Amino acid sequence: MTTLDTSDELHLKLYRQMFLIRRFEEEAARAYAQGKIGGFLHLYIGQEAIAVGAHAAMRQDDYMLTTYRDHGLALARGMAPRAAMAELFGKVTGCSKGLGGSMHFFDREHNMLGGYGIVGGHIPIGVGTAFASKYRGEDRVSMVFFGEGAVSIGDFHEGMSLASLWRLPVVFVCENNEYAMGTPISRTLSVADVSQKALGYGMARERFAAESVIHVRDRLRAIVDRVRETSEPTLVEIQTYRFRGHSMSDPGKYRTKEELEERKRKDVVLRARVELEEKGQSEALERIEKEVEDEVTDAIRFAEESPEPGPEILAPTTYTGAFAR
Amino acid sequence: MSTLRYRDAVRAAMIEEMERDERVFLVGEEVGHYQGAYKVSEGMLERFGPKRVIDAPITESGFTGISIGAAMVGLRPIVEYMTWNFSAVAFDQILNNAAKIRQMSGGQFSVPIVLRAPNASARQVGSQHSHAMEHFYAQVPGLKVLAPATPADAKGMLKSAIRDEDPVLFMESETLYNVKGEVPDDPELLVPMGVANVAREGKDVTIIAWSRLTHVSLEAAAALEKEGISAEVIDLRSIRPLDEEAIVKSVRKTHRAVVAYEGWPFGGVGAEISDRIQRLAFDDLDAPVLRVSTLDYPMPYNAKLEQHVIPSVPRILEAVNQVLYRS
Repeated sequence: MTTLDTSDELHLKLYRQMFLIRRFEEEAARAYAQGKIGGFLHLYIGQEAIAVGAHAAMRQDDYMLTTYRDHGLALARGMAPRAAMAELFGKVTGCSKGLGGSMHFFDREHNMLGGYGIVGGHIPIGVGTAFASKYRGEDRVSMVFFGEGAVSIGDFHEGMSLASLWRLPVVFVCENNEYAMGTPISRTLSVADVSQKALGYGMARERFAAESVIHVRDRLRAIVDRVRETSEPTLVEIQTYRFRGHSMSDPGKYRTKEELEERKRKDVVLRARVELEEKGQSEALERIEKEVEDEVTDAIRFAEESPEPGPEILAPTTYTGAFAR
Repeated sequence: MSTLRYRDAVRAAMIEEMERDERVFLVGEEVGHYQGAYKVSEGMLERFGPKRVIDAPITESGFTGISIGAAMVGLRPIVEYMTWNFSAVAFDQILNNAAKIRQMSGGQFSVPIVLRAPNASARQVGSQHSHAMEHFYAQVPGLKVLAPATPADAKGMLKSAIRDEDPVLFMESETLYNVKGEVPDDPELLVPMGVANVAREGKDVTIIAWSRLTHVSLEAAAALEKEGISAEVIDLRSIRPLDEEAIVKSVRKTHRAVVAYEGWPFGGVGAEISDRIQRLAFDDLDAPVLRVSTLDYPMPYNAKLEQHVIPSVPRILEAVNQVLYRS
């Protein structure tokens, strides 16, 4: 076990990443309401401690990929807010040149291997990156995120089954935010404990709540270290909650105002702030928040001013070589 | 040159490419210890070991997705399905991931993967095991679809597919696995994609086919010769990319075209070819383009009914007579 950094400096850094995701998405929601962003926009607000804690538990050369709720992980991995916002605006300066949109954030440089739009379909892809690491004799770990709504679909089970059978270094992270779009977990799963799904595959499992970003980092680091060491996969269920609807079109009428308010009191971003304030870091917090505000404002401006991709981009991004017609 | 059966030619291509490139591996059901459901991979486990010849459980979607992920980060997987029929349960992986990742990532990631299996009818295997899947896949931009008819093309085109940077779907046939042919030994002799082959030259009518139907069309052409009709047979070999030029060039010469293939008549590759001919060679046509396809039913088990619904020499002759206004 490596000794974990628990300094205020690290905590401030993680707070900064969470605050960036929060503010980035709040501004994205505003731009969406103004009609500047089209299609779907699935916000991560409320779940930030997971992406940020997970990134802190991983190495930059490890592979990470997630669902269509992907802004948080991409920013945590190190994607520039400019490239992220420009992608939402459909601009050629976006991470995927304006071809992917909100659901398809990719960043090869930072080993962010994508956001994917088909529930569960990316889980075997994540396992495949772990397969490649093992095939080449590297010690990279792969981490693939999905919601509790994904654990009923076949690709989750095929990915889990093969990862266990072939002993692949992959961490399956179920972000259990209690609702698969509008359906509570009690109506989608026969068990309340998602991590039990590991049992049938003879896979290690862990289960905890995303109480704080440091807690998430600590728990995942221990798991990632073990996976790296043993090349055995693990299923991790992390209990969390999203404050917004499933996507921008969802008013979230399936849950009560009281439930939402209760959860917002446990907001991981707010809690990190309070804790750091108590440790006398008010000045640093204010500086960080100012920086993030500027960064997000700059990202919006950059996205607005960037050019759109032209039709000449379509053929070379469909095939690597000559277009096959 | 060596005389090889089609299955041995496919195997030779895989072996040569795996010896050439450490990143290439084979995964699929029964490919290793069982030696391949159709013995295509016979001996490969012994040659390359279990790291590179990998038996997968019955998880087409799972091992297709895993191979796509591995390809994204630099490996070059060959995925064998027991038949293309079973790729239907991996359809989402092929449609939404293999074909889309390059575009969704703005060109940051490509998916150099080969998916291969026998395709179309295979003598009385019933409705669920007889699909001609090229029609489903050839519609998808981002994919390439090959369907060689001869051992030499099987070897040369599979090698091209393995070296390609994009997803290639390689359609073999159970009914072709025992077909023998001369195959070049040179491991650097590749057959390019997107280039059709004139399997038989003629001047009165063009028959366009691929895979097993190339052989059926050649039989039909031999029968037509006895009646004094000179039929040209174009073996497409590659469906996407499609050698439009070769088709048009032949039709400009013969002025009449019949497309013969397995697969249903509603839409599909045959309809695509007909469309291109009427668009690109309209003034050269002396008759409407006709298609000889599988009849519009699920494949029946009964042997006579199966022969009734799949394209045959008599049905090709009938179509040729129609475009020649001989009937």
